[in-house]
Amino acid sequence: MLRFLLQRIATIVPTLLFVSMLIFGLQQLLPGDPARVLAGEDQDPSVVAYLRAKLHLDEPLPVRYLYWLNGVLHGDLGESLRIQKSVLELIAEKLPVTLQLAVMAMMVALTIGVAMGILSAVKKDTVWDYAANVVALWGLSTPNFWLGIMLILLVSVNLGWLPASGFVSPFEDLAANLKSMIMPAFVLGNAIAAVLMRHTRSAMLQVLNADYVRTARAKGLEERVVVLKHALRNALIPIVTLGALEFGTLFSGAVLTEQVFSIPGFGKLIVDAVFNRDYAVVQGVVLFTATAYVGLNLLADLAYFLINPRMRG
Amino acid sequence: MRTRKFAATLLCAIGALALGGAASAQTTLRIGLAEDPDILDPTLARTFVGRIVFAGLCDKLFDLDEKLNIVPQLATGFQWSPDNKALTIKLRSGVTFHDGEKFDAAAVKFNIERHKTLAGSNRRGELAPVTTVDVVDDSTVRLNLAAPFSPLLAMLTDRSGMMVSPKAAQAAGATFGSKPVCSGPFRFVERVAQDRIVLERFPNYWNKAEIHFDKVLYQPIVDSTVRLANLKSGQLDFIERMGTSDVAALKSDNRFKMQKIVELGYQGITINIGKSDFAQKNPLGRDPRVREAFELSLDREGIVNVAMDGEGLPGNQWVPPTSQFYAKNVPIPKRDVARAKALLKEAGVPNPSFTLMTPTTSDAQKIAQVVQAMAKEAGFDVKIQSTEFATSLNLADKGQFDAYVLAWSGRADPDGNLQSFHQTKQPLNYAGYSVPEVDELIGKSRTAVDPAARAKIFEQIAARVAKDRPVVYLYHRNWLWAYNAKVSGLRTVPDGMVRLQGLRFQ
Repeated sequence: MLRFLLQRIATIVPTLLFVSMLIFGLQQLLPGDPARVLAGEDQDPSVVAYLRAKLHLDEPLPVRYLYWLNGVLHGDLGESLRIQKSVLELIAEKLPVTLQLAVMAMMVALTIGVAMGILSAVKKDTVWDYAANVVALWGLSTPNFWLGIMLILLVSVNLGWLPASGFVSPFEDLAANLKSMIMPAFVLGNAIAAVLMRHTRSAMLQVLNADYVRTARAKGLEERVVVLKHALRNALIPIVTLGALEFGTLFSGAVLTEQVFSIPGFGKLIVDAVFNRDYAVVQGVVLFTATAYVGLNLLADLAYFLINPRMRG
Repeated sequence: MRTRKFAATLLCAIGALALGGAASAQTTLRIGLAEDPDILDPTLARTFVGRIVFAGLCDKLFDLDEKLNIVPQLATGFQWSPDNKALTIKLRSGVTFHDGEKFDAAAVKFNIERHKTLAGSNRRGELAPVTTVDVVDDSTVRLNLAAPFSPLLAMLTDRSGMMVSPKAAQAAGATFGSKPVCSGPFRFVERVAQDRIVLERFPNYWNKAEIHFDKVLYQPIVDSTVRLANLKSGQLDFIERMGTSDVAALKSDNRFKMQKIVELGYQGITINIGKSDFAQKNPLGRDPRVREAFELSLDREGIVNVAMDGEGLPGNQWVPPTSQFYAKNVPIPKRDVARAKALLKEAGVPNPSFTLMTPTTSDAQKIAQVVQAMAKEAGFDVKIQSTEFATSLNLADKGQFDAYVLAWSGRADPDGNLQSFHQTKQPLNYAGYSVPEVDELIGKSRTAVDPAARAKIFEQIAARVAKDRPVVYLYHRNWLWAYNAKVSGLRTVPDGMVRLQGLRFQ
């Protein structure tokens, strides 16, 4: 067990080091001088010079990388030069927001996707099936930002039901928090709901034709019990796996959704940082994300190791 | 049955949530900003939008009125020395900072010196002519200058004139901007980056009778449609810079009001006439006749109509025609395609081709497209090169462009729109414009204190710049403010700042 763990960690360290180089290197490929962007409209030469020195822009690339790496190893991801706030603080502030959005979007996606998938499989080749397919196609082909703005205009401006945008912390006011997150979660979950619907439908169709389902029906079980208790349980396995995989997609989708709904999350943080050439923020956020992925992978490997006796050999 | 119950509960919950928001006490003014401000330290701040927040947070020595006159704020009066090399300022008494510290001459000295010396200060250039600051007495301070400098007073109506608490600034050091302490009508409560900036009423404000809100909330919402949606749905009371295409629809809605103010800045096309060898490679940069033809091919009114839905004022100088410093001897040229064609023929290039670099903002894109179409009628082949803003700035600085669509937010004194752009080797002189006569005239305009004398000098500069065309000025945008009809007492000062004094809910 210990050996396995050490082996895995031994591969992770060079991976992360490589990732850190990649992040740093790619960032340098961005055109535009960050000192000039940060210096604002006036472009005061003394301010530009000060920012260049602060960013070590006059040093060779490898030296700059080492400066940054040194900070990272000491737990310092740097500071946003635009608003003077430490990158770690920014991450701690924004990550929970995006996590909440992604979780709520997944709940929306699962509720809509699985329900429609079942309906369309059970009522195969009926009006219900066609309708569900049309809705799924619509969900897949509707751009996030368009749907977002349309919903804002309908639900917030015309009906006045929900706030048009913004974010309230759940610790401040839970009701207001949910109100501000329902619409973005729906918009973000919408496309994934369509994917889940298609997969649920095909998995259900397969299962519904299986022998044991026929047996269940032959036993005289109510159709509802057959579908929900016997068929769905088995059909859900690939859906859950897919749902977990799509969680990553939700994170990238959140970038656009957060822009439209002005939600101060991870996505908005990184997009604004790229446009403002706030290097420390971009590097810190990407490195954090990469580390999180690597860490989760390690956990998955460990779980696999514990579950599967053959790997323990 | 269980599902039905659940659905009913869910519906009730959504209904309750929806109703819950309707009733909330209204002593908070909620303002929607077009961008997230940068650091909230007047010495380091670099953005236009940041100044809007400062208007609630930090008082200045002087302020501007609707007609751009300089009026006292923390000062009560001023006096230039006979040689115009010293400015004596009388200060308001009984003013305290948000931390209870007293505002006096020593605080002013501290602030001016901080602006001049803090690492990374964006005010150093503005205050460069100030050599020393003397505390004459508790309520009198004197700024000594190396040479007369007429734009100084106007600079003190902006961030250079903002006063922060010396005690708090010394204690916080370089992180002062994360919890600024000033002496304005509202004090800092919290900031969540990209989400909100919250200020609360400062009970000891010297002019508290004019303040009618308990709190002010600034929310950056970048998308103008979403910003407007927030106003319409009641989440915001006020939005700045509404989209020009929304004006018509909002006009007919009597729940809201609008204000338009012609900006201090401009939208224009900078032409590379000497920044790099690009200038010589291209007929536009090489030959003044081609530039004249280009300007004659443009219909400014048409550009304003297409790019801004009519929400702008055509112009041909660095200040709008409404300014007292607009040179009337250089009127806006009328479009004349025939003359443009003749000029091109004379220059021997009937079909000159050049690249027009444009940032990816929608205004700039629209301008580029209209300009392309208009110039084509005179024979120009304009290639549009859409470039992300940071990159375009870099290319402009290196001189790797033929022409560049560039806007400037403007300063109260015309010098702020002129000197850095047209004096040799100044930071914003992307055109690479260098004419000794103009350099000298700009120098003169800065030392002349009498406005009439300055206006005369500006006329001479305008005449020369209009001939050389380092920048073809197109128009001056309208600041478009939209707000709930219950908001009253709004003051429309051309600097585009939202002043909170006098503002109230009816």
